[in-house]
Amino acid sequence: MAGSGIAHLRADEKRALTVENLVVEFPVTGGVVHAVSDLSIDVLPGETLGILGESGCGKSSAGRALMQLPAPTSGRVLLGDAELTALKKNDMRRARAKMQMIMQDPVSALNPRRKVKDLVAEGLEVWGFEGKDRAKFVDDLLSSVGLDPAVVRDRRPHELSGGQCQRVCIARSLALDPDVLICDEPVSSLDVSVQAQVLNLLEETRERYDLSMIFIAHDVAVVKNISDRVMVMYLGKTCEVIPSDDMQNKALHPYTRLLLASVPSAADAQARAAGEATAEAPVKDVELPSPLNPPSGCRFRTRCPLATEQCAAEEPVLREMRPGQFVACHNVSA
Amino acid sequence: MPEPDINHTGDPVDAPVPAAAAGTALLDPGEETAAKPRVSRRTQLLVGAPMLVGGLALAGFAATTALLITLAKVLLLVVGLLVAMNGLGRIAEAVRGKSVDIVFVLGMTWLTVLIGLAVLAPLLPLGNHNDATQGLYAPIFAEPELGSEYPLGTNNYGLDMLARAIYGARTSLVVSLFAILIGTTVGGLIGMVAGFLRGATDRVVGILANALLAVPPLVLLIALGTVLSPNLRNLSIALSLLTIPSMVRVARANTITFAQREFVLAAQAIGATRMRLLRKELLPNVVLPVASMGVVMVSMLIVAEASLSYLGLGIRAPEPTWGNMIAEGEGGVMEAHPFIVIVPGLCLFLTVFSFNLLGEKVQKRWDPRSAKL
Amino acid sequence: MLRQFVLRVLELLAVLLLVSFGVFALLSLVPGDPAVAVLGEGREPSEYAALRDEMGLNDPFFTRYFDWFGGVLHGDLGSSLIPPVVPVWDRLVAAMPVSLELAGLGLLIALVVSVPLAMWSAYNEGGRIDRAIGAFTFGLLSLPSFLVGLVLIAVLVNSMGWFPRTGWVRITDDFGGNLSHVFLPALTIALMEMAMFTRILRNDLVTTLNEDFILAARAKGMPPLRIMVSDALRPSSFSLVTILGLSIGRLVGSTVIVEYLFSLPGMGRLVIEAASTGNYPMVQGAVLLIAVVYVLSSALIDLSYGYLDPRTRRARA
Ligand SMILES: Nc1ncnc2c1ncn2[C@@H]1O[C@H](COP(=O)(O)OP(=O)(O)OP(=O)(O)O)[C@@H](O)[C@H]1O
Ligand code: SF4
Ligand SMILES: [Mg+2]
Repeated sequence: MAGSGIAHLRADEKRALTVENLVVEFPVTGGVVHAVSDLSIDVLPGETLGILGESGCGKSSAGRALMQLPAPTSGRVLLGDAELTALKKNDMRRARAKMQMIMQDPVSALNPRRKVKDLVAEGLEVWGFEGKDRAKFVDDLLSSVGLDPAVVRDRRPHELSGGQCQRVCIARSLALDPDVLICDEPVSSLDVSVQAQVLNLLEETRERYDLSMIFIAHDVAVVKNISDRVMVMYLGKTCEVIPSDDMQNKALHPYTRLLLASVPSAADAQARAAGEATAEAPVKDVELPSPLNPPSGCRFRTRCPLATEQCAAEEPVLREMRPGQFVACHNVSA
Repeated sequence: MPEPDINHTGDPVDAPVPAAAAGTALLDPGEETAAKPRVSRRTQLLVGAPMLVGGLALAGFAATTALLITLAKVLLLVVGLLVAMNGLGRIAEAVRGKSVDIVFVLGMTWLTVLIGLAVLAPLLPLGNHNDATQGLYAPIFAEPELGSEYPLGTNNYGLDMLARAIYGARTSLVVSLFAILIGTTVGGLIGMVAGFLRGATDRVVGILANALLAVPPLVLLIALGTVLSPNLRNLSIALSLLTIPSMVRVARANTITFAQREFVLAAQAIGATRMRLLRKELLPNVVLPVASMGVVMVSMLIVAEASLSYLGLGIRAPEPTWGNMIAEGEGGVMEAHPFIVIVPGLCLFLTVFSFNLLGEKVQKRWDPRSAKL
Repeated sequence: MLRQFVLRVLELLAVLLLVSFGVFALLSLVPGDPAVAVLGEGREPSEYAALRDEMGLNDPFFTRYFDWFGGVLHGDLGSSLIPPVVPVWDRLVAAMPVSLELAGLGLLIALVVSVPLAMWSAYNEGGRIDRAIGAFTFGLLSLPSFLVGLVLIAVLVNSMGWFPRTGWVRITDDFGGNLSHVFLPALTIALMEMAMFTRILRNDLVTTLNEDFILAARAKGMPPLRIMVSDALRPSSFSLVTILGLSIGRLVGSTVIVEYLFSLPGMGRLVIEAASTGNYPMVQGAVLLIAVVYVLSSALIDLSYGYLDPRTRRARA
């Protein structure tokens, strides 16, 4: 992309979450940060959408804008049939409870001064117990994320490990029985050994509670494994939307291929060892452009090996290349 | 600091505070023992005991002798006390087996005793502290004599100095602590709301706080003293005005920092209302720095109250406060009967000193950011 | 940058306006009848009524405020209620130089003493000297200025007889006499400021001295004193300016007290006398003037700080 377009949206299906033309901008001294520009997403019930992109490309900003924290500069966010971006504040608060977010850093996502049991019960405190037994409810949730209630119930976040904190975060977001779960790099701050456990827990949870999930990460392998569909972002724009099974071999967008190339895969390693040329074109080693002043046309053009004059003049739009695979690039074809 | 700090216009109320804030730990014994090889307990005891006794003897001699000029007396007294303190520190180290911050221990002991006496004052068998007619039957300017009926002497109305010092402590502590309570509550809440809402509210609060800061603390007190009749309630309120801008500033700054933390976003995502965010997420985190600011400011308020009554604008004699007791030394009284000034002066100094020690410790623990200043 | 500046000035004006309003409102609540205060007791009720009318005391509150404020803008702060009945402004103008001289000299002594003391302390970081200076300044900070003054009086006046106890000689009349009268009060003020300055500057220097470029200079064998003066002290001068800003409030307070203690004819004694006699126009005028001087000097220091420190300048640009 890095481009725009809504060709990949599935308007005729029932969708858990629909996002159209999302724009997030931050006014700062000396200009406007274009964190997310014209992003469109949809997620079917039970589906997991992975969002992939390097640091600073606007993944978290997009995730937060979905949660209306803060509300996006423009664009529509529909959770089921409820248009969050159009609702009044209190109605929005209520409707949004069906969508929950797990933050990048589990330790700072938990209030250091509160106990685990209060953190987990937060959702009920806010929305009412409706006859549930608080203590039992909390214990059940804690057990369901693999924590021993008797051990952690009365602890505070700093008395837990990073992995345990992330489990607490997952537990508390499940308290409200959400339809959609947004995971913003939920494992990137955890030890590798713990990452797999938390990822498994998320998978299980998704199945058990029949959740739709948006999984944000910069790690190709993680996203590929957990997602059904992957969206690749660059500098606030969409590059490619692709079924995760096709990702390794059928990705078309130069940026997607750059990302894949930077992960040494087993096949690549063999090919290199055999002295075969890999398919990758050399990528220009340029710094990530500033989101304050993004390049014209295709935002990826400053680093793209295939860039032409057209790329500077015209912004590419998402086109369907293969069934389910959409690419925003002037110079590739299926 | 990316945003312009609108509350920055000279923070004068800050000014009396940083006794603690500015501080290297006073006589930090921890560092000392780390640096030099440890001396055995026995030696510590053998060195410490004579130092304690000798130091006290020296101080006692300096305090009572008539042979020396004032300057020499004062110097001897200070040296004696320092030696005695060092000796006591060694003994404590020998007994406890690890180094002891003896100054801090002594300071807290003083505060405990003082607060205890102040609270229990009406129940204690104390002499006459404020009834001048009864004082007619007592000797005036009786010199302090520890075993006597007037251990710390009497003033020119024949009132008992010990009783007056203790009732003075009562006034001082009650007024300052109430003022801190009001200041932390009101200032803390206003600061939190300003820091949470930002925008216009924040600007207005900033300007109001700056307007309060625009009049130097003591001058503000004097202006208030012109209008308000000096009683405990009015004094507490007036003093609390001095603390409010600082409390607003601390609460606001902390609220702004914490409001950007992810746990606030997380609670919002769950659906917490703004009220709930303030109460459950921000308040528990803002309370400690504000409270530590409160502890730090106690000593400044004690000084302010004493200054005001020294100037004759606070609680009026014969009701005792340390300030108006010191003022009794005017007009040659101090020269003839130094104890009239020394007794309340020493109480004031020791109390302010101890609260400064406490403030420094508390701030290091609860609000390390501003402790660094 | 310009926007910032304009906002700052507007805010300053708002603050001053608020202060003037506060001062006026507060002292309009003064208990008792100003007419009685002026005429004394035992006159005809009609006389009081006439005077009240003349003083505009029957007008609505805001009318009175604007009348008063209009006067203030023309330098008319009313006149003293207590004899001698002279314009408040005249009294203030006469008293101002005394206070300024006192505070200025106090500040100067404090700076002259604290800079070398802080350097000495920082150079011996953690050592005996450092701790002794730390303890001494900590102790000083726990002494209210009137106690410091009383101790100095007991020792230097009563015992040694080096200085006069009270009184004032104008600097234009007799320089030496002025100096002997001003020195002890200024010293009293200086001691507390000095303690504060020394502590802050010492901490600052210790931080700077542990920075890489200083350590490198040390390793190269530069003489310590030169490092201290040429490399460490300069970066710390910004914080000295900040300290000055922070200290003005306390400085005003101790000046007030010291003037009272040594019976010097400055603003402080004026305000205390006026406050204890209920001479409220005088209090109003003095408080307002002190506030204006104070706010303006803080703003100036703020501004110069932003100008001096390359970091804040860049951050603002
Ligand atoms: N509140 C804000 N104000 C100004 N700029 C912001 C703000 N939040 C984010 N940005 C900017 O927006 C851009 C996108 O940030 P974002 O946090 O969304 O990136 P990200 O893809 O989540 O990166 P990471 O992988 O490092 O988490 C960045 O350039 C960032 O500096
Ligand atoms: S070829 Fe052009 S449009 Fe395609 S990614 Fe490269 S720069 Fe963008
Ligand atoms: Mg992120």
